[in-house]
Amino acid sequence: MAFEGIGAAVKRREDGRFLAGRGHYVDDMNRPGQVYAYIRRSDRPHARIRNIDTSAAAAAPGVIAVYTGADMAADGIGGLPCGWQIHSKDGSPMAEPPHPVLAIDKVRHVGDPIAVVIAETRMAAKDAAELLVIDFEDLPGVADIRAAIAAGAPLVHDEVAGNICYDWHIGDRDAVEAAFARAKHVVKLDLTNNRLIPNAMEPRAALGECDIAGHYTLSTTSQNPHVIRLLMGAFVLHIPEHKLRVIAPDVGGGFGSKIYHYAEEAIVTWSAGKLKRPVKWTAERSESFMSDAHGRDHVSHAEMALDEDGHFLALRVSTLANMGAYLSTFAPSVPTYLYATLLAGVYKTPAIYAEVKAVFTNTVPVDAYRGAGRPEAAFLLERLVDTIANDTGIDRIALRRANFIPADAYPYQTPVALQYDSGNHEMTLAEALKAADYAGFPARRAEAARRGKLRGIGISTYLEACGIAPSHVAGALGARAGLYEVANIRVHPTGSVTVFTGSHSHGQGHETTMAQLVADQLGVALDQVEIVHGDTGEIPFGMGTYGSRSLAVGGSAMVKAMDKIIAKGKRIAAHLMEAAVEDIEFKDGAFRVAGTDKSKALAEISLAAYVPHNYPIEELEPGLEETAFYDPKNFTYPGGCHVCEVEIDPETGVTKVVNFAAVDDVGRVINPMIVEGQVQGGVAQGIGQALLESAAYDANGQLLSGSFMDYTMPRADNLPNITVGTEITLCTHNPLGSKGCGEVGAIGSPPAVINAVVDALKEYGVRHIDMPATAERIWSIIAANRPKMAAE
Amino acid sequence: MYDFAYQKPASVADAVKLLAGDPEAKAVAGGQTFLPVLKQRLNKPSLVVDLAGLGLSGIKQSANALSIGAMTTHATVARSAEVKKAIPGLAQLASWIGDNQVRHRGTIGGSLANNDPSACYPAAVLALGATIKTNKRAIKADDFFQGMFTTALEPDEIITEVEFPLPVEKSAYEKFRQPASRYAMVGVFVAKGPAGVRVAVTGAGQNGVFRVADMEAALAKSFAPDAIAAIKVSPEGLNSDIHGSAAYRAHLITVMAKRAVAAAG
Repeated sequence: MAFEGIGAAVKRREDGRFLAGRGHYVDDMNRPGQVYAYIRRSDRPHARIRNIDTSAAAAAPGVIAVYTGADMAADGIGGLPCGWQIHSKDGSPMAEPPHPVLAIDKVRHVGDPIAVVIAETRMAAKDAAELLVIDFEDLPGVADIRAAIAAGAPLVHDEVAGNICYDWHIGDRDAVEAAFARAKHVVKLDLTNNRLIPNAMEPRAALGECDIAGHYTLSTTSQNPHVIRLLMGAFVLHIPEHKLRVIAPDVGGGFGSKIYHYAEEAIVTWSAGKLKRPVKWTAERSESFMSDAHGRDHVSHAEMALDEDGHFLALRVSTLANMGAYLSTFAPSVPTYLYATLLAGVYKTPAIYAEVKAVFTNTVPVDAYRGAGRPEAAFLLERLVDTIANDTGIDRIALRRANFIPADAYPYQTPVALQYDSGNHEMTLAEALKAADYAGFPARRAEAARRGKLRGIGISTYLEACGIAPSHVAGALGARAGLYEVANIRVHPTGSVTVFTGSHSHGQGHETTMAQLVADQLGVALDQVEIVHGDTGEIPFGMGTYGSRSLAVGGSAMVKAMDKIIAKGKRIAAHLMEAAVEDIEFKDGAFRVAGTDKSKALAEISLAAYVPHNYPIEELEPGLEETAFYDPKNFTYPGGCHVCEVEIDPETGVTKVVNFAAVDDVGRVINPMIVEGQVQGGVAQGIGQALLESAAYDANGQLLSGSFMDYTMPRADNLPNITVGTEITLCTHNPLGSKGCGEVGAIGSPPAVINAVVDALKEYGVRHIDMPATAERIWSIIAANRPKMAAE
Repeated sequence: MYDFAYQKPASVADAVKLLAGDPEAKAVAGGQTFLPVLKQRLNKPSLVVDLAGLGLSGIKQSANALSIGAMTTHATVARSAEVKKAIPGLAQLASWIGDNQVRHRGTIGGSLANNDPSACYPAAVLALGATIKTNKRAIKADDFFQGMFTTALEPDEIITEVEFPLPVEKSAYEKFRQPASRYAMVGVFVAKGPAGVRVAVTGAGQNGVFRVADMEAALAKSFAPDAIAAIKVSPEGLNSDIHGSAAYRAHLITVMAKRAVAAAG
């Protein structure tokens, strides 16, 4: 048998059913007596609802019920809760305006749900929804963050002055001011982090059920079913947890957008209880564009103070972050503890001060999207570093090396709260430069020039933070949830193993990676291990999958549970082999009496545990099943270096990414093939953000890029071959040494791409270009600078 | 989509009768625009008349014309040895429409009748001076296209075939794709044939396909990229949206035209 343990590039076990169309998604579920919900949404950015006449819709063929926000309020249904509270500079809590499940009195963004029609068929519900007569009074709206905080801007929530959710800061302002006062150079940069629409392949869906005894089941496209059960049960519908089961079956991609508790989940569960019939809702793609939480949308100003040798003395940043019309579940944490705390990056900048204003606008709520705050931090820093190189004339690589946190300085305390445990930025930089043949670039540039093309190369040396933790620190910073993970490991009588994990796989390949981990540690064959996830009815309370946490946190919980299994197994083995427990060793799936040839396989021990005829029953319970909850001591800190090479057609402005090399430090790797796939996918999304994707709104808040006709998703022909390498240092505080690989691609790549584009355009005097660097944007720069060049 | 009745007649006469008898009826050819429109509930026909049973598919070549049946798919045109030989630019254009699935369903007649301002075929038909034949008459390309989604077709008129005059000495198409939809943001077809030297532009104009007289005059003197490199197209009347301003589109017309001339050899 080929090696299938830790480090083996095992093919993904789940792909067979996905590729054969045999996955089991929420919309594949159909129940006897099932009815369909269709949600009428606002087509306007901001309006008062004077009246909703439901009579014609209610009388339409096949319609069972029509509900509005007033109906939910009459049942005592609360609004959607926010899971993170930020306090402003002055100590006051953030503005937390109500977020009704169905709009009450006002709609605040295109896509805001107004009413639900429930009918015997999807078509009947949709037809009837058109018969709802809604009397709107249109109000002026605002979509742009800067416009929203200007004097006289329309108020998204009447009670939130200036549309400011919070005005937060971090770092030592005095130390930063002092450093700027003595700086030799100050380099400034204004930059925008463009708004993105996640577009998971599977649109969101939810199926609510309620049996005659009042037990509810919600099947939903979620990354964290226990979190949904807690939030929806406790804060919205008031259903106790023992009567609410939440199932997240196969889920076709999330990228963060399926972390949150959404209105539709509450709507189908609540209405299933009222009607005592299963109620299903499935988003149409156009609904996804206007109701899935969006990502990013920052506007920032950054300044670096430097000494005469280019050493960073202090960094000062001010950022405006768009929250959209309401606070999505974890939105407030993204531009604060997942962004500003990362502003040290890989550099030993001694003083940092950042202030962040979160702003309400008439747009879809914004929340964590692959990377969540860290891409924004990495983009700001790595663009700023290249701009410093540009302005001072210092080589961009020498500048980075002069400011790197040296490998022997770990653990390293940053001036913005985080303490990094491990890393080696020189190592990943050197390997990435080699992988990209950086030294050979001038020749490639010259060759491209002969073909009339502008070629550029860019690098980013980034660091990020995964597995947000520990719970008590997150709690002190405003989290209203724990951040541990759970694993339950059940060794069956014949020695096969079922693993129940609170992590959730929606594309990450957990059924393979986690099985490899368990098979390796328990010394059993891979096909003897099954991973179960995504069902609160089967699994102890877990926190789900986001922030690249599944292996570092969920995998660590498995190691802890396996430690307990092995400890108990040793006691059983000691009894069976009449040896002292201290003399039992566990290795390669067998319990041995040290120094003898006596041994018992795991399957023999498990059989004894479940058939306890010869068993230390007085001191040990039967069975071989253990649960562990693991609360990490710290974040993990993946990092690395991405190198991007582009070629620009100066006639059209079209940029082609011709080479991309990523060398990442993700800690211990369980399955290198899955890591490579995760990094490639992340890089594809990063190239999408850098060159193509943009959620466009008009000034009032009308969504202009509401479909794939106008929202540019990256396609295969937009992407180069992506070379992925790993050069690791181990995480020092979790038992696996793993750091996380799910987001590194999306975090490290956008600045590498834009640095390459700016490099390609340097003869045009370009200092910065915002994302997405579309063909038109680049052509405009070239066109505007051509006369200047001719005059020189 | 909304509910509708469906008929698949076996003759052009029957199809015309069905369309004439119901003002809310719509004809469907390959359906590659119409079906998405129905799914988005942007159209509510009472009756959909499927033209697939009328026998309007096929490519015929005579001494002085290449005729393409209205229901001929883009894929058929793209791989036709006759089209590739007689009018290579036309085969190239067909091979670049949509994706593989679209090319195996979408038809030349459907594309022309719809006259989407960012469709590719109108550029070829206008540049090559083709004639659009219907159940009633023959319409010159110059008279056929009448603005965005508007043609000379009457409600009960069906395109039966498109006739391209031969011999075509030079033909080529270059397309700058709208990055999201991949439709033509600027598509330029250049041709030299019985209709003279022509340059037709799709995707850019607010009123659909149009010709560029300055370029045609310059290319008539010298059919070379340099002949038109300095000719600027006015942004007036061009589309402007989140993907490109009118000025950018105007610039791209010259670039694409130059490249098409170079490709035409």
